[in-house]
Amino acid sequence: MSDKPTVTIEIDGKTLQADPGAMLIDIADANGIVIPRFCYHKKLSVAANCRMCLVEVEKAPKPLPACATPVTDGMKVFTRSAKAIAAQKATMEFLLINHPLDCPICDQGGECELQDVAMGYGGDVSHYTEGKRVVLDKNIGPLIATEMTRCIHCTRCVRFGEEIAGVRELGATGRGERTRIGTYVEQTVASELSGNVIDLCPVGALTAKPSRYSARAWELRQHDSIAAHDCVGSNISIHTFRGQVNRVVPRDHEEINECWIADRDRFSYQALSAKERLRTPLIKVDGEWKETDWQTALEMAQAAITKTISDYSPDQVGILVSPNATLEEMHLLRKIANRLQCHNIDHRLRQRDFAHQQDMPRFPSLGCSIAALEELSNVLLIGSNPRKEQPMIAHRLRKAAAKGAQICLINQRDYDLAMPVAASVTASYRGMVEQMANLAKAIPNLDVAALTPEAKALYSKAVVSDAIGEIASRICADGDSLILLGNQAMANPYFSLIESFARAVAKVSNSRFGYLTEGANTAGAWLSGMVPHRDIAGEPLDTTALNAQAMLQEPRNLYLLHNVEPEFDTADAALALKAMHDADHVICLTPFVSSEMKRYASILLPIAAFAETSGSYVNIEGRLQSFTGHTPVGENQARPAWKVLRVLGNSLEVEDCDFISSTEVRDALLSRVGEMTPDNQASVTASAELPAAGTPGPQAVYLGSEVNIYRTDNVTRRASALQQTPDARDNAVRINSATAERLGIGSARQVSVKYNGTQVSADLLVDETVADDSVWVYAATEFTRKLGPMFGVVELEAN
Amino acid sequence: MANEVCFKNLHLDEPWTLAAYQSSGGYSVLKKILQEQTPAQTIVEELKTSVLRGRGGAGFPTGLKWSFMRRDDPGQKYIVCNSDEGEPGTCKDRDILRYNPHALVEGMLIAGYTIGASVGYNYIRGEFWEPFERMEAAIDEARAAGLLGRNILGSGFDFELYNHLGAGAYICGEETALLESIEGKKGQPRFKPPFPANYGLYGKPTTINNTESLASVPEILRNGGQWFLELGKPSAGGSKIFSVSGHVNKPGNYEIPLGTPFRDLLEMAGGVRHGRKLKAVIPGGSSVPVLPGELMMEVDMDYDAMMEAGTLLGSGAVIVMDDTTCMVKVLENLSHFYMNESCGQCTPCREGTGWLARIVHRIEQGQASYEDLDRLEDVAEKVGGNFYAREGGRTICALGDAASMPVLSFLKHFRKEFEYHVEHKRCMVSGF
Repeated sequence: MSDKPTVTIEIDGKTLQADPGAMLIDIADANGIVIPRFCYHKKLSVAANCRMCLVEVEKAPKPLPACATPVTDGMKVFTRSAKAIAAQKATMEFLLINHPLDCPICDQGGECELQDVAMGYGGDVSHYTEGKRVVLDKNIGPLIATEMTRCIHCTRCVRFGEEIAGVRELGATGRGERTRIGTYVEQTVASELSGNVIDLCPVGALTAKPSRYSARAWELRQHDSIAAHDCVGSNISIHTFRGQVNRVVPRDHEEINECWIADRDRFSYQALSAKERLRTPLIKVDGEWKETDWQTALEMAQAAITKTISDYSPDQVGILVSPNATLEEMHLLRKIANRLQCHNIDHRLRQRDFAHQQDMPRFPSLGCSIAALEELSNVLLIGSNPRKEQPMIAHRLRKAAAKGAQICLINQRDYDLAMPVAASVTASYRGMVEQMANLAKAIPNLDVAALTPEAKALYSKAVVSDAIGEIASRICADGDSLILLGNQAMANPYFSLIESFARAVAKVSNSRFGYLTEGANTAGAWLSGMVPHRDIAGEPLDTTALNAQAMLQEPRNLYLLHNVEPEFDTADAALALKAMHDADHVICLTPFVSSEMKRYASILLPIAAFAETSGSYVNIEGRLQSFTGHTPVGENQARPAWKVLRVLGNSLEVEDCDFISSTEVRDALLSRVGEMTPDNQASVTASAELPAAGTPGPQAVYLGSEVNIYRTDNVTRRASALQQTPDARDNAVRINSATAERLGIGSARQVSVKYNGTQVSADLLVDETVADDSVWVYAATEFTRKLGPMFGVVELEAN
Repeated sequence: MANEVCFKNLHLDEPWTLAAYQSSGGYSVLKKILQEQTPAQTIVEELKTSVLRGRGGAGFPTGLKWSFMRRDDPGQKYIVCNSDEGEPGTCKDRDILRYNPHALVEGMLIAGYTIGASVGYNYIRGEFWEPFERMEAAIDEARAAGLLGRNILGSGFDFELYNHLGAGAYICGEETALLESIEGKKGQPRFKPPFPANYGLYGKPTTINNTESLASVPEILRNGGQWFLELGKPSAGGSKIFSVSGHVNKPGNYEIPLGTPFRDLLEMAGGVRHGRKLKAVIPGGSSVPVLPGELMMEVDMDYDAMMEAGTLLGSGAVIVMDDTTCMVKVLENLSHFYMNESCGQCTPCREGTGWLARIVHRIEQGQASYEDLDRLEDVAEKVGGNFYAREGGRTICALGDAASMPVLSFLKHFRKEFEYHVEHKRCMVSGF
């Protein structure tokens, strides 16, 4: 027991100890005493508006709401007294008079808080004979269906927007019985966390549009799983109906995702039934695709690999792995690579700069636990838009900011993070490197010797601006500081330079240092040797094997693609596609097949998608989370990838490859890995060089990009509802007005983008958040696949 | 014995000017306090002696309220005046703002000094355009005379005062909804605790008083708490303004000592119009229970006597009804008002006020059953508790109680009229 003083209270005759000032409802909940409620939610502020939790308190002249009544010593509470029950029943009656009593046709029926509580507190006959209120439904976008007549005005959704998402999209307008929940002006609720209001809504007013009316709650089976789209590893429950995933909901894990999940994790399951699902193994014979059985397909794959090695060399094989692959799949892939003596294997598909790969820690991690983000005093995000890249990380940072943390940004765009930002510097991807040098310069006593020679050269020319000085002083201020390199920093063509500066700054300012990585399993990829220079368990390999970029720049004869669509998942779509088309063999392990893939591939092996396969992910805090496959593949012949790889491994005579379960694969790897303690300690010893800016043409600007939140991987790209969101449909080329003016395209609505030997036209959007001298687009889209590298110099002209 | 406090200057020419106010000793109390640096405790004690009870309707002792916030406590604090006079029947604060705005300015200055607030807000009802302009002019005059602003009269005391015009919501007269409204938010009452003295305007300690309470303060301090106490009754000192409306010959505001018999007040107001029979009186604004005329004629106008008689003094809005009045029609009007003015935040009030209004409407239209009368009573109790059984309501603020008290009292005293509407499908009074 702690020494903290407690008070003694009595609820329903039970004597309890409680923290002074704690709310009555929390004490009751902790002690298993049931008090009905609607507006109360443990993660939201207290509204006390539904009046369902009214209880009798001794000496109080009227019943008090348990959610808003702090406990005091000697308090005597009665939750089931005649007075309390009368108050609760009265509230129930009021809630029901205008609520439709048609549960059988409501999507929420069977899992409705109002329905449940009405069973206990509602009358069986209505005394209400007046006309019922009818409220027009609102169209608030592709994810959330509304049936506003059912709304009981608990304002959980409103408070969620204000307090959790950080965006006030829903609000209550009107007064009295004319109070309406809505957006006021019709518009989409576009927050990346918006789907949580579906869970929060205690009635059927806000339901999930994609799964609405498709199954009853009691017909669903629930399975635990882990979200597969970012490095957070949010805990989810998958609900299946007759073997098909019907919906995904959050599963409480206080240290990871609390009780929320991002929309991407909630709605991506729709891809499982996408048209482009690959259901049978396919082989290309004389340029024609033929369905075949597994054995034939695997024999052909084995033959192609063996022939490439014997005709040329093992070095002519390239293996590209999605960072969303499971730990087990990765382990088997590494075993196969070792057997082939081919270390051309990589998961860093969008990375351009590998100069300091030898300096990378055993696996990249956050620098603290996810929950500890809330307690930080100062955070510097470099090349990161966590709201779209790791929404639950942004949520934690938002909580930190609300507690007073100083959030600083160095980005290509002045992103709206929906939280107070202390200082923000924007620059082109190239300018970011220079700004990092400026930041280093702004910090007193920096250990210049720790910088790489290329970084030192930049440091010597660095100039400190006010904004950079502000960031420097914040990051050096008292308290726990964290410097984070985000997805865009790691994809930057000068990643090694950025990291060299960031590490030097972190060291002198006593800050923690961390990464926000792509995909669900980047940490696992490093631990299982999904890089050319590290073996199983991250042990060093003495090879000069090719990284992801080099494998495409120096085309290989045979590519093995694991869950990868090169035109979207790599740093340079054009380069990747060319390499694929030129290769003799492209073997794809994939749950989906696109027409593009059919053009370059030679063997297509259908694998189970997320939710269908068992496996494990290691999240950004080094937490291993395993899950099992939940939906049978049905008439689909797809197989869990670990099984496919095991059979392929057997046929290639890989040693110790007779696993009979994914757990065995995992344990084999874990026995090599041992302790998985996150440790980002490292120093950057080698880096790229920032070439002189030269004299770019009059129409030239720096192209920068960020992977679109709903285009991150092959599953998300096929989730139909997510594809209808404003984020997914955003294909505009953004530029700020000053740069537009300089290029003489200020009034253009369409521009042509000349880049990499091609010319593409696009809609122009003047957007002041974009850095000077740069143009910004969402990457991994149909538009950018026609372009080229995610970062580079482009020419813009008005159409 | 009338017009001795807030209406003291009513007889003067242009009483709202600084000159007129000063001619009768205005701002002398403030000057004395600032000169002598009177301890806040002394002021609070004087108010306690006076037994000035809050004139907004709840009757909370003003001296006690001021004692919750200490002058020396650090940090920003606020004094707020509630001039959002929205209670149907009440128009006393309007006339203070129109005819004696400087008394309010001085009262707020003294309050600011006592509780250590350097900023005051005067929240004025949206429809009060003329009073707002008078108040603005008064603040300008006071500022020009060095009575507002920094280092007032060289004392080191800073005080700034702002008028804030509401937008026509009755609920913004509820003190915490009023604070929300000043903050630019939707006017919805806050749940208490915490009370404004701990967490008020912009989260800072705040004292909120009614216009009449604050405007009474200078006169109380000038003449002494004992003087004020002796004007009224031992449990409620001073005089109070009653806004007499309805079926009387001379409707208007009357500032008379607390404890004056209603009979006398009615006489001052010229008696019931056309010499008709007094039927009923709502003595404290539309929220308080109605009393039949014969009962009312025996009651004195003070807090305790009203309570004993089964009603409340409220804001002092005396609504007089003669025997041509259909009580069902009156209740229909009142219930409709509360339905419209519910803020919609909490369930019983949002859903219940509309239900009440619809039942009463059906009764009035002759479309109700006897069951509806019981239901009406039942719903009213579920919204606002039972005044007669001393059971409080179930809502965040008192609007639920306010909507329920008329219903319960009309049914208690005039049930026969309601039954007549049910039974005969027409009105007992008008015959239609």
